[in-house]
Amino acid sequence: MSALLSTRALSRSFGGLRAVHEVDLDLGPGEVRALIGPNGAGKTTFVSMLIGRVAPSSGRIVFDGQDITRLPAHARVRLGLAYTFQITSVFARLPVAENVALAARRRFGRDRAAVAAEVARTLGRVGLTGRDDSAAGDLSYGHQRLLELAMGLAQAPRVLILDEPTQGLSEPEIETFKALVRALAGETAILLIEHNMGVVMDLADRITVLDAGVVLAEGAPAAIRADARVQAAYLGRSADA
Amino acid sequence: MRGGRIIGLHLGLIAVLFALNFLLPAYSHGTVARVMVLATYAMGYNILFGYTGLLSLGHAMFFAAGMYGLAMPMTHLGLGAGPALLTGIGAAAVLSLGVGLLALRTRGVAFMIVTLMFAQAAWLTILLAGRWTRGDEGVVIPQADRVLLGLDLSDPQTRYLAALALFSAVLFGTLWLVRQPMGRVLVAIRENEDRAELLGYDTFRHKLGAVVLSGTVSGAAGAAYGLFFGYAGASFAETHYSIFPLLWVLLGGAGTVIGPFLGTLFMFYLIDLASGLTPAYMLIAGVALVLLTLFAPQGLAGEIRRRWWRGLP
Repeated sequence: MSALLSTRALSRSFGGLRAVHEVDLDLGPGEVRALIGPNGAGKTTFVSMLIGRVAPSSGRIVFDGQDITRLPAHARVRLGLAYTFQITSVFARLPVAENVALAARRRFGRDRAAVAAEVARTLGRVGLTGRDDSAAGDLSYGHQRLLELAMGLAQAPRVLILDEPTQGLSEPEIETFKALVRALAGETAILLIEHNMGVVMDLADRITVLDAGVVLAEGAPAAIRADARVQAAYLGRSADA
Repeated sequence: MRGGRIIGLHLGLIAVLFALNFLLPAYSHGTVARVMVLATYAMGYNILFGYTGLLSLGHAMFFAAGMYGLAMPMTHLGLGAGPALLTGIGAAAVLSLGVGLLALRTRGVAFMIVTLMFAQAAWLTILLAGRWTRGDEGVVIPQADRVLLGLDLSDPQTRYLAALALFSAVLFGTLWLVRQPMGRVLVAIRENEDRAELLGYDTFRHKLGAVVLSGTVSGAAGAAYGLFFGYAGASFAETHYSIFPLLWVLLGGAGTVIGPFLGTLFMFYLIDLASGLTPAYMLIAGVALVLLTLFAPQGLAGEIRRRWWRGLP
């Protein structure tokens, strides 16, 4: 299988702290991959390197055959990577529709009708129809998370990186989210950082477990669930104790 | 028809200003002509400050670049008014590109300081080049040279209409820009630069574009000021000429198309009225500014937008 997005020996240290150490990861086209691990395992640092918010100390990132390790973030997004923030980062004082339009406009440019249609379609998909003119900052936290997601979708990315997308969502909103990811499967590869194990087990084709900056395990959900080292990492015991 | 109302408002302003050309007494006629040129400067400033969210403390250098870019070739090379207007605008464009490339390596307070320093350097350069610029004393552009396309700009009527033409062009240019994709990206950068970058927009290039547009419009205002009023002096490059557009824009409403004009007009007449009452006129002006900041912190047009007209661009 040829990977769409790969990392080789990707590392990042902050001072003496090895936040991410020599991580190899291959994400196939259309695959849903979950990235899990205890707090401080390096998940957010890892995806920040993928999207270009944090520069790696060493290692390589390849997207669709092209080395993107040194590309600035906006150039990676143009190639087809999209990222939704862990801490909601919408344009709070702009209307909801304009938030999504900014995401869509890069593809449709001056074609106002096409942008408007894409905005309506995307807001409908995440269940925010009818809120177009509200200031994004006036939405509830859960709705802002959905707006983040809509901004990701409106870019029609080839790889969508979702950093804790269900945090703060209600149960019905989580169900909407799961249905949305299932509908996307096949058209977009998804890298999902998620704490909610129910969501991970339901959605992921494969799971990669990070612990203390290194890959602890990788495999299908059932195998990961049964893995003793993973259980130990989550329970906080040393694996070989 | 939201778009129709917006165009109507701005066309209405132009129509009123046109009618005032025939109605105003001589003193106010001259003041309003001056206000229109300086409001053009403020609109240029507003592109960077109001829409892109970058606070420059050095725009006097762009205003002066336009003014001296016009006056120097006219005085020393005998260039005509038309070509000199272009050299003035060109000088401001080149300067803003250079300053933008360097200053945009910084952010926030550092950007303010760096632009301030560049402007100080520009002012000192004008003083140091006193042999050509005649320093503080400045150069007078003779009435005979102030003829553009056959129009005598020393004539108050012609000057007023020329100022109105410049003002209208920049007003509608701004209105057009902020409704274009590029203008929307500038607003996105103002609101959340990281997010704009991660939507795939090259924020550095957009900010550089904003600096160049803003500096060039400011320079066009400076060149027009020199040509219309026949004088170029180093005082226009001093720090207070960098602070003025900031004040005008804040008073009128940052990030609104009509705000810079309202702010400039308000400030002019406030000082004018106050100085008629007392020699301590700056005290009255100061109190009025404090009151406005307290009760309409988003400026005059900002307050209109907040209370009555949310879609006001």
